[in-house]
Amino acid sequence: MMMILGIPAPLLFGQLLLGVVNGAFYALMSLGLAIIFGMLNIVNFAHGALFMLGAFTAWGLLNYAGIGYWWALLLAPLIVGAFGVLLERLFISKLYKLDHLYGLLLTFGLALILEGLVRNYYGSSGLPYRIPSQLQGAQNLGFMIMPNYRGWVVLAAIVMCVITWLVIEKTSIGAKLRAATENAPLVQSFGINVPLMITLTYGAGVALAAFAGVLAAPIYSVNPNMGANFIIVVFAVVVIGGMGSILGSIVTGFGLGIVEGLTRVFYPEGSATVIFVVMVIVLLARPAGLFGRAH
Amino acid sequence: MSLSRRALLGTAAAVPAAATFRSARAQRPVVKIGVLTDLSGVYQDIVGPLAVESTRLAVADFGDRGFDVEVLIGDHQNKPDIGSNLVRQWYDRDGVDIVVEGGSSAVALAVSGVARDKNKAYINSGGATSDLTGTQCNANTLHWTYDTYMLAKSTGAAMVKAGGNSWFFITADYAFGHALTRDVGNFVTQAGGRVLGGVRTPFPGTTDFSSYLLQAQASGAKVIGLANAGADTTNCIKQAKEFGITTPLAGLLMFISDVHSLGLDTCQGLVLTESFYWNLNDRTRAFSDRLWKRMPNRRAGMANAGPYSSTLHFLKAVQAMGPAEAKKSGAALIAQMKKMPTDDDVHGQGIIREDGRKIHPAYLFQVKKPSESKGPWDYYNLLGTTPADEAFRPMKDGNCPLVKA
Repeated sequence: MMMILGIPAPLLFGQLLLGVVNGAFYALMSLGLAIIFGMLNIVNFAHGALFMLGAFTAWGLLNYAGIGYWWALLLAPLIVGAFGVLLERLFISKLYKLDHLYGLLLTFGLALILEGLVRNYYGSSGLPYRIPSQLQGAQNLGFMIMPNYRGWVVLAAIVMCVITWLVIEKTSIGAKLRAATENAPLVQSFGINVPLMITLTYGAGVALAAFAGVLAAPIYSVNPNMGANFIIVVFAVVVIGGMGSILGSIVTGFGLGIVEGLTRVFYPEGSATVIFVVMVIVLLARPAGLFGRAH
Repeated sequence: MSLSRRALLGTAAAVPAAATFRSARAQRPVVKIGVLTDLSGVYQDIVGPLAVESTRLAVADFGDRGFDVEVLIGDHQNKPDIGSNLVRQWYDRDGVDIVVEGGSSAVALAVSGVARDKNKAYINSGGATSDLTGTQCNANTLHWTYDTYMLAKSTGAAMVKAGGNSWFFITADYAFGHALTRDVGNFVTQAGGRVLGGVRTPFPGTTDFSSYLLQAQASGAKVIGLANAGADTTNCIKQAKEFGITTPLAGLLMFISDVHSLGLDTCQGLVLTESFYWNLNDRTRAFSDRLWKRMPNRRAGMANAGPYSSTLHFLKAVQAMGPAEAKKSGAALIAQMKKMPTDDDVHGQGIIREDGRKIHPAYLFQVKKPSESKGPWDYYNLLGTTPADEAFRPMKDGNCPLVKA
C-alpha cells in the first residue's frame, strides 16, 4: 500500500475529501456572516442558532406538515429568513449607531434564547431526519466509500456560493449593495432605499445559514446545540478570510475544512484547536485577514 | 382559566391562613437535597429534568415522616469549576445536606472533593468513571447507578465473547472517555484480545466523526468501541451507517434516550448495558408509570432513574439517624447509608460497599428491530444479566484508600 508521511494513502485521500465536505458547511456559514458583517457591521452571533433553526424547520415541516427534504430546502431558508427580517427590524436595527460590541451582545443573547427555547421543547439528544431517498447509498471511490449525500452537500454548497458571489459582484443589486457598504448616505441620496436593503441583506444571510442547516439535518442529529458547535469555528474562518470578504470566506471555509481533516489523522486531540492556531498565525502576519483590506 | 372576583377574594383570604400554618410547622426539621445536573447541555436528556423529577418522586413516595424535605436544582453545564462552585455555595450558604445526580465524570470528581472538604454527603448517579470508588474514593461519596467497569464487564465482555477480539476506540477526550477506554481495554486483553489503537476526540464540540470512523475501519479492528456518550455516540452511529462501515460498533455507554433519538431503524441489533429499564419487571413498570404521570412523553434511562433510588435511601438513613444527627456530619450519614441494605423499585434490593460503590445487577440489552417493537419506548430485548456481586470491580482491585484502612 502506498504510504504518505506514514499514513496509508487511501486514508489520507479519504480525509482530504471529508475535509472538503466539512469545508462546504464552513463556507456556507461564513459566507452569510461575511455578508451581514460587510453590510450591517454586525457580528452576528445568532448565526449558529439560525443554522439550527433551519434544521429544526426542516424537521418540523416533515413531521407536522409532511413536507419532504426538497421543499424544505427551499421553504426553510424562506421561513427562517423571514424570521431574520423580523429580528433585524425589531432589535438589530436599533443598534447601528452604537459600537460593534452591542450588536455582538444582542445577537449572542438572541442565540442563547433561541437555543434554550428549542431545548426546552425538544430536549438535547436530537431528532432523527432521514436522508432523502434519491440521495441514499454511496459510491465506492476505491480509496473510500463516499456517501451520495455528502457529495450532494459539496455540490449544493459550491453552487450556492457561486450564485451569491455572482449576485454581489455582477448584478446591479450587488453593485448598489457594495456601494451602500462603502458610503450609505451617498447611496441613499440617489433615491435608493438603504434601510430596506440592509434588512433584506440580513434576511439573505440568515437564509444562507438556514440552507446550511437543512443540508446538515440528515448528517448530524438535529439538536439545539448543533449551531453552537459550529459558530466559533465559523467566526475563526471569517476572521482568517478577512472580515466581510465574500471570496475570502468561501476559500478559507474550504481550506480550513481540509486543514482540520488532516489534523484528525495526524493529531486528533488537536483538531478542535488547529483552526485557532491558524487564526493566530494569520492575524500576526496579516492583521486584516488573508483576503481582507486594511481600512 | 377564568378568574372570578370571588375566587380572587378567596385566595387573598387563604394567604394569611397558609402563612400561619407554615409558622406552626416551622419547628419541624428540614433536610435539603441539591440536584446537580445538566439542564442545558449534551447530557440533558440522559439526566436533566427527568432526573430532577425522579428525585421529587422519591421525596413524594417517602411521604411525611416527621421532617420536611426541600429540593434545590442546579446546572453544572458539564464544567467542573461551575459544578464545584455551585455545590460549595449550596453546602456553605444554603444549608444543603446532600447532593444527588451530580453530573458527568469530570464534574463528579471535582464535587466529590468539595463534599469531603466540607464534610457533607454526595451521591453520584450520572457520572461514569470508576475512579470515584477507586483511587479517588472518599468517605463522603457514594457512586450509585453504574460505572465504566460495569459497562466494560457487561458490553465489552459480551462483544469479545461474540468474536470481537481486536478493538479500536473512539474516545471522548476527558476523564470519562479515558476511564471507559482503560476499563474496556483491560477486559479485552484479559480475554486474549488486542487493542489495535484509538483516537481521542475533542469534547465537547465534535460533530463530525466520519474521519475517526474511517481511521477505525482502516485499522482492521473487528470492533469499534465508542467510548463516548449522548450526542457523540448518536452521531457516530448515524455516520457509520452513512459511510457503509460494516465493522460492528460497541456503544459502550448508551441510554434509552439515545435509542429514541436515533430510531430503531438505525439502532436495531446494537448491544448495550443499563442497570435499569422501565419495562424490566413489575416494580420498574410501577415506578415508570408514576414518573410518567409527572413527566409524560419520556421514559427514564438508568441515569434518569438513579436519583430516585439514591434519594429514597438517603431519606431512609435520615429517618434512622434522626434529622438532627444526619445533618451534623456527611461522613456519618454516608456511613449510616452503607450500613443499611437498599430496596427500591428502580434497582430492587442491593447493598453499598465500603468503598462507596452501590451494588446491583447489570443488564445486557439488544435493541429491537422495528418490527419487534410493540409501541413507543418498547426498545430492548434482555440478552443477559450480570449478577450484583460480579457486575462491579472487586474492592481489592480498586485501590480505594478507605478499604485499606
